[in-house]
Amino acid sequence: MHTQISFPSLISRRSVVRQLSIATAGALVAPRVLSLMSNDAHAALLGDQSRDVLNFALTLERLESGFYAQAVKTDGLIPPEHQDAFSRIAKNEALHVTLLGTVLLGQIDQKTEFDYMAGGRFPDVFSNFQTFLSVAQTFEDTGVRAYKGQAPNLMPNKLLLTVALKIHSVEARHAAQIRRIRGEKAWITGSSRGSLSGNSQASYDGDDSMEQGGVNLSGLKGVPNSAIGEAFDEPLTKEQVLAIVQPFIKNG
Amino acid sequence: MNTSDPQSVIPQSGNGAGQSRRRFLQTSGLVTLAAMVAGCTTLRSAKTTGQGAAAEEGMIDLGTGDIGILNYALALEGLEAEFYTKVMNRPYAGMTADEKQVLTDIRDHEIVHREFLRRALGRDAIAPLTYDFSSVDFANRESVLKTAMTFEDLGVSAYNGAGKLLADPANLTTAGKIVSVEARHAEVIRELIAPGTEEYSSYGLDPARGPAHILSVANPYFGSKISARQWSEDKEEATNY
Repeated sequence: MHTQISFPSLISRRSVVRQLSIATAGALVAPRVLSLMSNDAHAALLGDQSRDVLNFALTLERLESGFYAQAVKTDGLIPPEHQDAFSRIAKNEALHVTLLGTVLLGQIDQKTEFDYMAGGRFPDVFSNFQTFLSVAQTFEDTGVRAYKGQAPNLMPNKLLLTVALKIHSVEARHAAQIRRIRGEKAWITGSSRGSLSGNSQASYDGDDSMEQGGVNLSGLKGVPNSAIGEAFDEPLTKEQVLAIVQPFIKNG
Repeated sequence: MNTSDPQSVIPQSGNGAGQSRRRFLQTSGLVTLAAMVAGCTTLRSAKTTGQGAAAEEGMIDLGTGDIGILNYALALEGLEAEFYTKVMNRPYAGMTADEKQVLTDIRDHEIVHREFLRRALGRDAIAPLTYDFSSVDFANRESVLKTAMTFEDLGVSAYNGAGKLLADPANLTTAGKIVSVEARHAEVIRELIAPGTEEYSSYGLDPARGPAHILSVANPYFGSKISARQWSEDKEEATNY
């Protein structure tokens, strides 16, 4: 029910607008129009399903953004030759958070707190570059599959669907970049987690499908079977993704 | 595979009482959100006079609806597959082992995409295309990699732009499975060209482009040019955010 949603305070709306203006230089038009739009209109515009998807995406983006923000300010973690790359990734994720938060405005669910050591699974995540990379790769590959799984739920709103797709492919670029820094192929072969620990396997399970759209591609002439699995990234359901990120959620 | 009614792809004027509110939301809400998301892109009216509506003799028409969009994907995947096949048939001098592995993998992925789409479309698939790579110097690393970057970024923005034109959720999911692999390709190619300087987007968003832009970039590489003239202007306009 859209009518049950409380109005955001004017202050928080202003602050979101200010963030947006800083984040997206061309969005000069946004503050005025947001102030003209009633919250009811905004809720109706989003719809319950889109709101849920965007909140789910926002949680994942906050997970990533907080992770990279902490990493880039941790002295000695990221070697000089990779600092530009991670600054850029950190900036991208922060913009995704700002963007989704702005689109959601007063419709944001309660904010989740994160534990990047995942209850002791990755105790040296901010002191050992390889551990940091492992968690980063898992977040990115999972993020790609998570957005993909939600795309059909955004079909009623073509704008939001396109926004999600524009983010989705950037997450895939991040994933590729981080995988290469780790010495892995940029694409996922079968359901292999490569050199990652077993803690990350759930992010790769089911990525080895040989059948697409009812077409069995196994044994396709001229290419190795490994290329068939690599050529398609498979979606994950919201439940699968939440199970994967659960160890990173405080009091989860 | 489901084949959808082409009409359902096109946003039609709604019926009944919700119409005026929806119209309001579309004009004041969606357009504004679109402007926000675009960041710096001015909403552009896509009056494709002379391009969309004109008769296009000798061009290969993609058809309409999901079939048309999947044929669009098939054309672009076919272009990429052919390109990388030529690249690996005669590798440029000094191609490193890493580059060989990357370009071979990408070639194979594009072949898989092409063959998948051709089989999925079955008798609805467009005929095999002819290509024109006369602008590419396959002996030159820079020429090859820059062309690869053009194709991969083009593919990403084409799938991103086509997503919302698809009527069948299964087709959207399938396109999503492919586009992220294209984005992985795009990233690696950029890395090979200039390690550590992958500045793909200022706002953390990849572009989403409509067929007029995509085909204007891709058509020089096709022998017989591709036409999406049956796609409505509505679709094209809505893609330009």
